[in-house]
Amino acid sequence: MPEMTQSDTPQQTPGERTMIRLDKLTKRYPGQPGAAVEELTLDIPAGSIVVFVGPSGCGKTTTMKLINRLIEPTSGRIHLDGQDVTRIPVHQLRRRIGYAIQQGGLFPHRTVADNIATVPKMLGWDRARITARVDELLEMVGLDPEAYRGRRPGQLSGGQQQRVGVARALAGDPQVMLMDEPFGAIDPLNREALQNEFLRIQARLHKTIVFVTHDIDEAVKMGDRIALFGDGGRVLQYDTPERLLADPADRAVAEFIGAGAAVRRLSLARIGSLAVPGPPVVERAADAQARAAALARAAESGEEYVLVVDEDRRPVAWLATAGARRPGEGPAAGEEVPLLTPMGPGHTLFDALDHMLSSNASAVAVVDGDGRYRGVLGMDAVRTLINSQALHTADGSKLQEV
Amino acid sequence: MTFFEFFAQNRADVLDATVEHAVLVLEGLGLAVLIGLPVAVLTYRTGYPRAAVLGVAGLLLTIPSYALFGLLITPLGLGNGPSIVALTLYALLPVLRNAIVGLREVDPAVTESARAMGMGRLRVLTTVELPLAWPVVLAGLRVATQLLLSIAAIAAAVNGPGLGNLILDGLATAGTPFAVYLTLEGAAGIVVLAVLFELLFAAVNRLTTPRGLGA
Ligand SMILES: Nc1ncnc2c1ncn2[C@@H]1O[C@H](COP(=O)(O)OP(=O)(O)OP(=O)(O)O)[C@@H](O)[C@H]1O
Ligand SMILES: [Mg+2]
Repeated sequence: MPEMTQSDTPQQTPGERTMIRLDKLTKRYPGQPGAAVEELTLDIPAGSIVVFVGPSGCGKTTTMKLINRLIEPTSGRIHLDGQDVTRIPVHQLRRRIGYAIQQGGLFPHRTVADNIATVPKMLGWDRARITARVDELLEMVGLDPEAYRGRRPGQLSGGQQQRVGVARALAGDPQVMLMDEPFGAIDPLNREALQNEFLRIQARLHKTIVFVTHDIDEAVKMGDRIALFGDGGRVLQYDTPERLLADPADRAVAEFIGAGAAVRRLSLARIGSLAVPGPPVVERAADAQARAAALARAAESGEEYVLVVDEDRRPVAWLATAGARRPGEGPAAGEEVPLLTPMGPGHTLFDALDHMLSSNASAVAVVDGDGRYRGVLGMDAVRTLINSQALHTADGSKLQEV
Repeated sequence: MTFFEFFAQNRADVLDATVEHAVLVLEGLGLAVLIGLPVAVLTYRTGYPRAAVLGVAGLLLTIPSYALFGLLITPLGLGNGPSIVALTLYALLPVLRNAIVGLREVDPAVTESARAMGMGRLRVLTTVELPLAWPVVLAGLRVATQLLLSIAAIAAAVNGPGLGNLILDGLATAGTPFAVYLTLEGAAGIVVLAVLFELLFAAVNRLTTPRGLGA
């Protein structure tokens, strides 16, 4: 699978352009006691995914609809690419902003192709260009154009409808996408596939995306930045996923993130960017004497296994030391133990831990992008990394697909 | 003389009256659509105005038909005028109510998406809401038509056209041998028209319901 290119770093860098600026935005619905959104100020950098996450009714959808002016604010301003949105004719504004919602909102009486073509038609594209665009988008969201372009929304599964919804939102090539739980109400497997596909698309298109969810896992996975909303449309913390998980601003944030924060953080820590201990290895070609010496050294420093590498320094097997043997079980000293898939730079600490637990191994081999030996991660090393500052200052780039 | 011998004699009159009857119903219906549809479009999103409009249309339907036709003689005279207007008033409720229900049943997520893509109010209405509401609107027209077919018989009482004249003649000559035949002809004509309109609506429904609306 193609590697995710790194999206704009979420940390504010001097040259970073703000695409959407919310400035003291307040929305009060008539007849409601409190404000749905109160004094919200937020900068959304160009080319990144900002996730709004928070409990039900905290004003995520409201904030999003304020951006494309489906509702008007009670007070405050919104700037799109430096321009006050109220200065842009509303139809023009909306054609620059793609909008995808959980319910899909597809036109049931139109074909999939017609649905996707809605904005291009309004923009006055010619037919050939529209047809090509529809097919391109269908392919992009993983639907075979031949099979699907002539169908009606009623003939699609929920997941397929959401894919078409995303394709339709992308059709006019908008700078900005607003996505309100676009992958909600889909089974976990399909949801994950859609998320991955979307991240792949985004790596290519670099849209500015506001993504609403109330699933913290989805937020961590999709977001370059996460805005965690509390009741009344206040943002409790606006930060990178790493910092949100590592350093919740207050109790409310910590509570929303929940008990799994430590584990979630593991899935953000890519091994490639971590310092991995590199104990000595044995060459496959080494003679018996050299092997014995290496084993002895390893056993002395408390290692249970020594890694065997080939001529190109690619790990090929483990060699058990005297320390690996427990009474009645385990391999004898000097015995070779098969090597399971080594961890590459794109794998995460979560993968490494998962691997160790599921294969009942005490360590995993770590390799570089070319498959050459980099080091060994054992339980202790993982624990050290989890506690180390390294994780807290992880560079913030998005997960790679592995 | 049997009924059929009688019918053979005056079938030209019966045919004329049937055509007049159908035209009268269509005129009443057409006018009701011209009034009802815009009113529905203007009020379906509102609260009080919508309730008021539906209430008035409902009240109109409760006025006894003889009374309504009669009351309209004063401003409109005799003949076609009061007949068409009376039928229009009776058709308003089914036309209005179904149009409002149909428009309100359109999934808000669909219209919201349409707006979010930059469609104007009129474009959303004509390309999204009305097509989606159409099957329900059409069902309203069908009910209105059936209703008007029978009420139109009263038009004869104000010198209006249609099959009501045969029935009225029958009533006027009650006791004579042909009175029953005349009444029967009038009633049968209406039943035949009702069947024809049903078939017509079924065909229109089939041809005009957008595919994908589960029709
Ligand atoms: N049209 C409306 N009229 C009145 N109140 C509204 C309206 N829309 C939303 N609200 C209220 O505003 C608050 C915020 O709603 P909003 O839809 O923005 O929440 P949300 O964060 O998107 O929630 P969810 O996660 O459930 O989608 C809620 O208390 C809601 O009841
Ligand atoms: Mg919402």
